[in-house]
Amino acid sequence: MGEVKKFMYVNRKAPFGTIYALESLEVVLIAAAFDQDVSMVFMDDGVYQLKKGVDTKAIEVKNFQPTYRALDDYDVNKLYVEAEALEARGLTAGDLCVPVEVLTRAQIGKLMEEQDILLSF
Amino acid sequence: MKISILVNEGPYTHEASDSAYLFARAALAKGHEVSRVFFYHDGVNNATRLTEPPQDDRHIVDRWSKLAEEHPVDLVVCVAAALRRGIKDENLAPGFRISGLGQLIEAGIKADRLVTFGD
Amino acid sequence: MLHIVNKSPLDRNSLEACVAAAQAGGALLLIEDGVYAATRGNTAATALKSALDRLTVYVLAPDLAARGMSDALIEGVRLVDYGGFVDLVAEHSTCQSWL
Repeated sequence: MGEVKKFMYVNRKAPFGTIYALESLEVVLIAAAFDQDVSMVFMDDGVYQLKKGVDTKAIEVKNFQPTYRALDDYDVNKLYVEAEALEARGLTAGDLCVPVEVLTRAQIGKLMEEQDILLSF
Repeated sequence: MKISILVNEGPYTHEASDSAYLFARAALAKGHEVSRVFFYHDGVNNATRLTEPPQDDRHIVDRWSKLAEEHPVDLVVCVAAALRRGIKDENLAPGFRISGLGQLIEAGIKADRLVTFGD
Repeated sequence: MLHIVNKSPLDRNSLEACVAAAQAGGALLLIEDGVYAATRGNTAATALKSALDRLTVYVLAPDLAARGMSDALIEGVRLVDYGGFVDLVAEHSTCQSWL
């Protein structure tokens, strides 16, 4: 396939209260096989998806956090996190399970303008 | 213009599938091509033919089936999301097909626009 | 680009997040419960007014009418029907639904 489009996956929801985070991650893994330009952005409660130290045993839900750490193996390595969202939640980049680039909301807004496809779940 | 649509929520609980349907109809009326509607998350529940709303309510599932009958709109239900929620070929409404997530990515690549409706 | 917000500003922060990220010159379309943000007296309408000089704001008329709010629309926002929604999508090269 010739055409390469810029896909950005926008995650604004916390991980376990709803299924959106897990199913979005499944899309990103599939997308990686299509050789497109893929990035993920975590805004608002979406930053909680990356909070390390997850232990889901007692709620009997699959812990999919290791998948975020595997994204690099799929060549998905553009992970952006909203600075204001981290701050509002008492978090820093050091609390997250993967290396990320921290950007302001305005910077993320600018990046969005550069995309071909924005997918949010 | 070639437009694809992503529906992330089931019928009736959320307005998302109504909005997506009305948007699709309006796009077709304007001469655009609605190439694919992809159903993900609880959106897969738009595809069950077991749906029976009260007589005085709109039939969301039938509406989609009719849309696909009248226009070459590809209604694709994500297989992984569908199996999680009990949507299989045996209860799939006419006009829908079950396929993989790759169909969503492909829709994004091939269409000029992808519009998402969700919660 | 086109930003789409579908939730009440008093229920979710999607409008606030969208407005903070949206670049000047963009378009914002309020649909479903998002239309309440553009109604008189709503505290979000004040915030929305400050965004109006940076963004063109549209409201989906069928959703506004369904909620009995057609006569409460604030000034400066534009009403569109579903056809207008389609035009907005066609006119902008990308769209982001703030779910």
